[in-house]
Amino acid sequence: MVEVSKIANLPTDEQPRYSRSFVRDAIAYILRDKLTMVGLSVLLLFSLVCFISPFIIENILDIDVNDTNVVNRFKQPGQEGLIWGADHLGRDQFLRLIYGGRISLTIAYVASVLTVVIGITLGLSAGYYGKRVDDVISWIINTLSAIPPLFLLLIASAIWEPSTEVLVVVLAALGWVGTSRLVRGEVLSLKERDYVLAARALGASSPRILILHILPNIFSIVMVTMTIIAGNLILVESGLSYLGVGIQPPTPTWGNMLTDSRNYFVSGLHLVVSPGILIMITVLCFYLVGDGLRDALDPRRYQK
Amino acid sequence: MVKFFQRRLLQAIPTFFGVTILSFLIILSAPGDPVTLITFQPNADPETAATMRRQLGLDQPPLIQYIYWLIGNDWTLVDVDGDGVGETPGERYGLLRGDFGDSIKQKKPVLDLMVQRIPATLRLTVSALILGYGIGVLLGVLAAVFHRTWLDQLIRIVTVIGNAVPAFWLGLLLIVVFGVQLKLLPISGMQDITQRGEQTLGEAIRHMILPVFVLSLNTVAFISRFTRTQVLEVMEQDYIRTAHAKGLHTRVIWMRHALRNGLLPVATFLGPSIGTLLAGAVIIEQVFQWPGMGKLIVDAVFQRDYPLVMGSIVIASVMFILGVLLSDLMYVLLDPRIRLD
Repeated sequence: MVEVSKIANLPTDEQPRYSRSFVRDAIAYILRDKLTMVGLSVLLLFSLVCFISPFIIENILDIDVNDTNVVNRFKQPGQEGLIWGADHLGRDQFLRLIYGGRISLTIAYVASVLTVVIGITLGLSAGYYGKRVDDVISWIINTLSAIPPLFLLLIASAIWEPSTEVLVVVLAALGWVGTSRLVRGEVLSLKERDYVLAARALGASSPRILILHILPNIFSIVMVTMTIIAGNLILVESGLSYLGVGIQPPTPTWGNMLTDSRNYFVSGLHLVVSPGILIMITVLCFYLVGDGLRDALDPRRYQK
Repeated sequence: MVKFFQRRLLQAIPTFFGVTILSFLIILSAPGDPVTLITFQPNADPETAATMRRQLGLDQPPLIQYIYWLIGNDWTLVDVDGDGVGETPGERYGLLRGDFGDSIKQKKPVLDLMVQRIPATLRLTVSALILGYGIGVLLGVLAAVFHRTWLDQLIRIVTVIGNAVPAFWLGLLLIVVFGVQLKLLPISGMQDITQRGEQTLGEAIRHMILPVFVLSLNTVAFISRFTRTQVLEVMEQDYIRTAHAKGLHTRVIWMRHALRNGLLPVATFLGPSIGTLLAGAVIIEQVFQWPGMGKLIVDAVFQRDYPLVMGSIVIASVMFILGVLLSDLMYVLLDPRIRLD
């Protein structure tokens, strides 16, 4: 990291001029982009807190987040040592927010990676191999995108009542269409480039061309898409919870905490506000990072 | 032009069949026995259950069931008593002939139930589309005109935040503020319960303000970003420089040259926007108790009313496919360059 930031400060006359690789250049750009750095830092902070503190809470402090305590019902933030008050069952809201964040963020991270992996694989095959493969994959893409996205998710999760793991798979299985279409379009134009022709003339096999020559060139748009998808997934999770088909209580997620709180506008406003604000901040940060990546990974940046 | 439209219509056919296959497969793999769902009797007489099964065609292999659902079974004989010989002709006409079957819970044809609900959903989505495009384009153009100023930044931040808030949460907050606290707007529904007869326009609009606003936020965010990018791109074109060089007034350049060309691609997102709005309506209708399709579908899903669920997927998709087709058509009409091909 030290190396990179030194490069970001641009060489003076005495220093030898580095030739920066594309990735290093992008990293240097992001390090200078304040808004993106804020987004990244917040995401990192949330992730660290949500993924590490449950171990401390369970093993060192010996607290069970689902412990109810009727005396504490609707305690306001700050009362009785409860940092963010307690919910309608007297459970510590702050701890539940951490646990909820762990699941919401897990869904965002894992499902977005899975979505993109499926999307790339199918998009690459459709774009590169063409003909029958393209026909079949395009048909699936067209079919899935002809159904308003939330309908299928709603029906699938209502019918199979998924656990977190299954929900992640379902989200990815229904969400890859956009990425795939994007990748396919990109590959269609990339495979006609001269460097692909050159690689083929040298006797490179199709998988080799796909992985070494085409994949790196779609890397940037895929990274951007993945970040945006991660943000959307958090919103989708909360939407599904609202409709009553998401991850079921008592397992907390930001989505179902928000949904549970809707009856307590009067008695526990802090319960309504906190998950909503956390969702908003997280999604916002994913979008900001996505935007930043888009600029950083755009090779035409310096022409403008 | 006609040829283009014909080709697009032909392309929609495999998609339509894909949708029917998919919705059939989902329901086929759903747990629970349809006969139990209809009769509410888990311990029904096996004899009666078997007869019912044969009547409904559930004893047939999935492929045949799919075909019956699609084109009906009135052209064949149904073997009701199970002796291997069909005696009475089937009574279903299939969805291709407008028969989506009957809802299990409401005992009414699925199509009738859907048709009743479509106007309410259309009222919501079309208004949100108009509002979303109106505000989105306006903000996008403003952001492009005042490129890299505080206004540009402000528009970016406001739209991104609007997009990052869970819609149902925002809806509930707005209901509490404007409906419960300030008592300015109705808290839910499409009309007042006490009201009889025709709804006045003002009354209708008062009920629409909150749901339409929340539903349109997504479109506003997306369209404003896209408009900004497009307009900025156009401003770098040579013909804009030419217009500047020949001394045209800046306003003329913006109105005549930049906006006309920059806004054209924005029209291509009409189709996809319809899908987003239909999906968003599912949640918004639930929040505002809006009597539309989305609410019907959510209720059907929870009551395991499978014919209604299957039918609603197909009908919603058909609406979506038609919407995309219409927006393509509009685009061709708007852009003379495409017509030449």
